[in-house]
Amino acid sequence: MKQLKVFRSLVKDGFDVVTHGTKNYHLWMGFLTFMMLVGMYCYSIQLSEGLSVTGMTDRVSWGLYISNFTFLVGVAAAAVMLVMPTYVLHDVDFKQAVLIGEGLAVAALIMCLAFVIADMGGPSVLWHMIPGIGVFNFPNSMLTWDVIVLNGYLFLNITIPFYILFRHYQGKEAKSKVYVPGAILSVFWAVGIHLVTAFLYQGLQARPFWNNALLGPRFLASAFAAGPALIILVLAIIRNFTEFKIQDKTLKKIAMVVTVAAQINLIMLISELFKEFYAPTHHSESAYYLFFGLHGKDALLPWIWTAIPLNVLATVLLTFHKLRNNPKILYFSCFILFVAIWVEKGFGLIVPGFIPGPYGKIAEYTPTGIEIGVTIGIWALGAFIFTILARTAIGIELGQLRYRKDK
Amino acid sequence: MSRSNKKWFSLNLGRKQHDNSGSCGCGKTSGGCGSHSNDSEMSEEEFYNAAVDASIGDEREKDGFDQVFDVKMDRRTAFRKLTASLLIGAGAVNTSCNVLSSDESKEKAQIDWEEQFKGNYKLMTDDEKKGTVDRLVRSYQMRTGKTVSMSSKNAEEDVLFGYAFNISKCQGYMDCVSACVKENNQDRNSQMQYIRIHEMKDGEGLKFDEADDNYYHEVPAEGHFYLGTQCFHCDNPPCVEVCPVQATWREDDGLVVVDYDWCVGCRYCMAACPYDGRRFNWSKPEVPEEEVNHNQHYLGNRMRKKGVMEKCTFCVQRSRAGKNPACVEACPTGARIFGNLLDPNSTIRWVLENKKVFRLKEDLGTEPKFWYFMD
Ligand code: SF4
Ligand code: SF4
Repeated sequence: MKQLKVFRSLVKDGFDVVTHGTKNYHLWMGFLTFMMLVGMYCYSIQLSEGLSVTGMTDRVSWGLYISNFTFLVGVAAAAVMLVMPTYVLHDVDFKQAVLIGEGLAVAALIMCLAFVIADMGGPSVLWHMIPGIGVFNFPNSMLTWDVIVLNGYLFLNITIPFYILFRHYQGKEAKSKVYVPGAILSVFWAVGIHLVTAFLYQGLQARPFWNNALLGPRFLASAFAAGPALIILVLAIIRNFTEFKIQDKTLKKIAMVVTVAAQINLIMLISELFKEFYAPTHHSESAYYLFFGLHGKDALLPWIWTAIPLNVLATVLLTFHKLRNNPKILYFSCFILFVAIWVEKGFGLIVPGFIPGPYGKIAEYTPTGIEIGVTIGIWALGAFIFTILARTAIGIELGQLRYRKDK
Repeated sequence: MSRSNKKWFSLNLGRKQHDNSGSCGCGKTSGGCGSHSNDSEMSEEEFYNAAVDASIGDEREKDGFDQVFDVKMDRRTAFRKLTASLLIGAGAVNTSCNVLSSDESKEKAQIDWEEQFKGNYKLMTDDEKKGTVDRLVRSYQMRTGKTVSMSSKNAEEDVLFGYAFNISKCQGYMDCVSACVKENNQDRNSQMQYIRIHEMKDGEGLKFDEADDNYYHEVPAEGHFYLGTQCFHCDNPPCVEVCPVQATWREDDGLVVVDYDWCVGCRYCMAACPYDGRRFNWSKPEVPEEEVNHNQHYLGNRMRKKGVMEKCTFCVQRSRAGKNPACVEACPTGARIFGNLLDPNSTIRWVLENKKVFRLKEDLGTEPKFWYFMD
């Protein structure tokens, strides 16, 4: 009963915090709301007309939605890079960062689920997929695995920070006995969501571009670069706009993680390129299409040739300690790395899997305005959720938000 | 039919062997797919029925879903009730309860309701299959005033359908394509076609990537040969494995089918098919009323809705009625051969035994039941 009362007061206080703020804050939230409304409007068109309003066709049957889904799974998994040292190795440095990281994971996962639903042809019969009520093709279909791991990870990432914040809110210490096992579990779980999502593609013998053993590991490497890169950027923003103290040491450690992951990612990229282009086979055509275009069709060239130099540049910049330790350069490289990996995991991974088609037919894919509108709407939704979560968490951590018994 | 007595070359890549001795295509022998009778469990079942009748009375009905998981509670009914109570406020059930509305609209609402919450066709009993077919026929009648005949005929025993395509005979007339579109009520707006005819250059072998599968000129074009593709009804279909809700499966007679009402439209199967065999309804399919083929099968050419997957079914409405698929019948050159692989006297068996046949992408282990040969 008491817990319930505390919870109610937390929700109330949290609501107060997120509805009050500076003018910039209100502008930001208003902007996000507007983008979400635009997204909803686009989605309503898609619902009534069908998926034909997107750029997808029978030849390229997954596009922007699934690309973003894939990328965001990576961002969500990256929270683990912060969880592990904090909870398990008792590295205090990361303690403040980790709540932010987990908030980011929650937002990313909700975006993932939103993208999957946006991609479905029949969202009204989605209950067919609920285990126990519908028919869940487990364990045969990797998609059912993905549903399980993503929702499980979402659950973990909501409960752990919630427990910690709930304790702090009452002015008590969080008991490490309670949350450390959960944290350790979520470490493995994060690797799991990533591998399972990679297996979704990797397991299709029909698509040689995906059907390669490096896909899973490369997913991990790029995720552990892009995710923490985003966390660094977010922490930098939080540091600027709130009193929440984040030490330089924390940022430097996360930067180290990004650097190593980006380096590994680059090595794997080279290995992939070598395999595709040193002894090209029939199966290298998708890679040819991606990097050089095939038979005059080259819609992806501008994308990939932006992504690769950005990726290399960011990795090189991050590799030198001097440069990495300069905050401006650090933020810049994190930003371009994030963009580069978004392109690479989106346009560079999902779309070329379908091109050329099973019989060599090259049909190109360009997202339509409506598709882009829905996509932006979902990103705005993610940012919105994250802002709310982060503000509440920061309020509690700074001690501004406390449960008052006499209320 | 079991794998060991196959009459054709089988590439065994160590895939799991389906033990189909129970004449069931779902690969389960424990009564999982609903086509087995559970004699041995009767006593337990009876007890269960009595217990449930005592508690929920006759509202309870057993469906295929229960058989799958052998659950001791009818979860879908529970779900239906839950959703019903949620929707009452929204007025969705209003029509069916409203004394003022006509009987017809009440019936319509009732049908829509039951259709929305029906189970997966694969797991239905024969009675349930008939039930949904009747509802669909009635609802079509109420909407358009026309009557369709819709079958829910199951696979027959000792039948396994196969197909052979004679490359030397095909001249690229595409009569098969138009016959298929008509027979199967395919969307005219998006010009959906199950069959693709690839025009290839003589003397260069099977070069699919240089072939033209969308030609608009007089055929046969000089110096070219033609080859048709469609869903190959793989015996080891990757599309079936990946479907998260089992909305697509292999029937006992080898047909790979889709339950259009159960499909959630994720298009995973499309990504998994190595043969470009599947088509998606990107928008609401349109067929002019006077062109609708009224001879339908639940798993075949009945009207589809938007956002679901469909594909060639070897014209299940025809083949299970003992006829050839529309493409075979329409082909003016006799390049297409269809029949029962288990019947030693069938033409298809003669072709497989006397011609040098091959299949596409055999290295993938999908075991298509679609062979190519030359004279
Ligand atoms: S050809 Fe494609 S759609 Fe048809 S059964 Fe094989 S994998 Fe499935
Ligand atoms: S599109 Fe339909 S049939 Fe295909 S995998 Fe998804 S739910 Fe199954």
